[in-house]
Amino acid sequence: MAEAPQVDETPQIDPADQFEVHPFYVFRWEESQEAHVLLYPEGVVKLNDTAAEILKLCDGDRSVTQIIDELKNVYDVSDPDTASRIEAGVYKFLEDSHAKGWTRRK
Amino acid sequence: MPKDGLEENNEVKLDGQGKPLWLCLELTYRCPLQCPWCNNPLDFDTYKDELSTDDWVRVLREGREMGALQVGFTGGEPMMRKDIVEITAEASKLGYYTNLVTGGVGLTKDKLEALKEAGLNQIQLSIQSCDPVMTNKLVGAEAHDDKIQTAHDIKDLGFPLSLNVPVCRESIDQTREILDMCEEVKADYLEYVQIQYYNWALLNRDELLPSRDQVIYAEELINEARERLGKKMTIYFVVPDYHDKFPKACMNGWGAIHLTIAPDGTAMPCQEARIIKEIDFPSVRDHDLSWIWHESPAFSLYRGDDWMKEPCRSCDNKEQDVGGCRCQAYMLTGDATNTDPVCYKSPHHHIIEEAIEAADRVGRNPRPYVMRRVQSASDLRQSSAGE
Repeated sequence: MAEAPQVDETPQIDPADQFEVHPFYVFRWEESQEAHVLLYPEGVVKLNDTAAEILKLCDGDRSVTQIIDELKNVYDVSDPDTASRIEAGVYKFLEDSHAKGWTRRK
Repeated sequence: MPKDGLEENNEVKLDGQGKPLWLCLELTYRCPLQCPWCNNPLDFDTYKDELSTDDWVRVLREGREMGALQVGFTGGEPMMRKDIVEITAEASKLGYYTNLVTGGVGLTKDKLEALKEAGLNQIQLSIQSCDPVMTNKLVGAEAHDDKIQTAHDIKDLGFPLSLNVPVCRESIDQTREILDMCEEVKADYLEYVQIQYYNWALLNRDELLPSRDQVIYAEELINEARERLGKKMTIYFVVPDYHDKFPKACMNGWGAIHLTIAPDGTAMPCQEARIIKEIDFPSVRDHDLSWIWHESPAFSLYRGDDWMKEPCRSCDNKEQDVGGCRCQAYMLTGDATNTDPVCYKSPHHHIIEEAIEAADRVGRNPRPYVMRRVQSASDLRQSSAGE
């Protein structure tokens, strides 16, 4: 029988997944950069506004679906194209940021 | 967020924008270990007048005002400072990501708990081998078992565990076993680091420099491990600069994002810069950090690329490798503005090739390491005075 995986490696994002910022990372606003940053062992990442908006919602509690819904409330989604772009963008970001180790599944 | 949807790219390029993003504080040169590759000065034992707690706190505050984000406490052994917890707490309060670079001796579980409480973010623990006999020989002290215990304690307290394993000729053939050891203690990050040949390491270069074949084999094993372990353990490994075609982009450039403060308050663009004897480095005892970073002649000396000579000046790669390391150019060619001789284009590249050949020569008589001891430091002074 295969051993249970110790580390959450699944790249596929499920709508019910709940992500949180990985505890090794510090995510905060940095005035001197006028941006949100991620600080981690030996590294710094400066985030654009989009990434920061999504990461703020990665609290380990909200599901992917909830994150998308909240963003749709914030932005004007009268154009169905915008709504689908937001959805695709969130999935893409969560995939990328998870692959980079910034987040983990709760 | 732009109204028309989401941007593809999440990261914004973080160049220093002229800010010292990284502060490296060498709190002391005191150390219970005697590693023969130590990057501390050969006369480390003469620096008795260390900065006070208040001085370090002031440096931290000024650094933060200038936009510094990361601070590393190193040495020597930073745990030798009685005020390490206090200094860490101040740094954490100021908003730094705090890194402790330690050999592990003196880092008891009580101290770890106090550091956790103080807000320490991560610990980089050095370990030299998977074999206690080898570790203890390489560091000149009975330290292996304590280091392993410390690694477990670090994990128990919920810190990320970064292991720093310096690779040398004598230990590199243990790569497989060393990787197993790191996996066993559940390291989150492994820095399988190449020794940089300055100060003590340069004295011992023939004994420390691995052969090309050793490096190639180690790299294969590292790549296998990366494949197998994925995100479980992030492994940093770069081919040693002596064996590379291009030099390393040392510190991302002189005075670009790094600022080091030595135990006596001397401010430098890197930990080795004092090697360049002609430069008068400013001290935080006399100046504030902003003057040191923006105004001092020492920090602007090799900023940008105006100082470059050929072959760097007209080289397509100069923005990537910034001409390599100024200290290495100075040490090996006598002129810090020369191209780092590691570069295959350097007219001094033969120095590197000869060093590799010398270390590899069949039938070469190995010499014992010159350990980083007070006695060796004083012997070195006597022999150079006698010349």
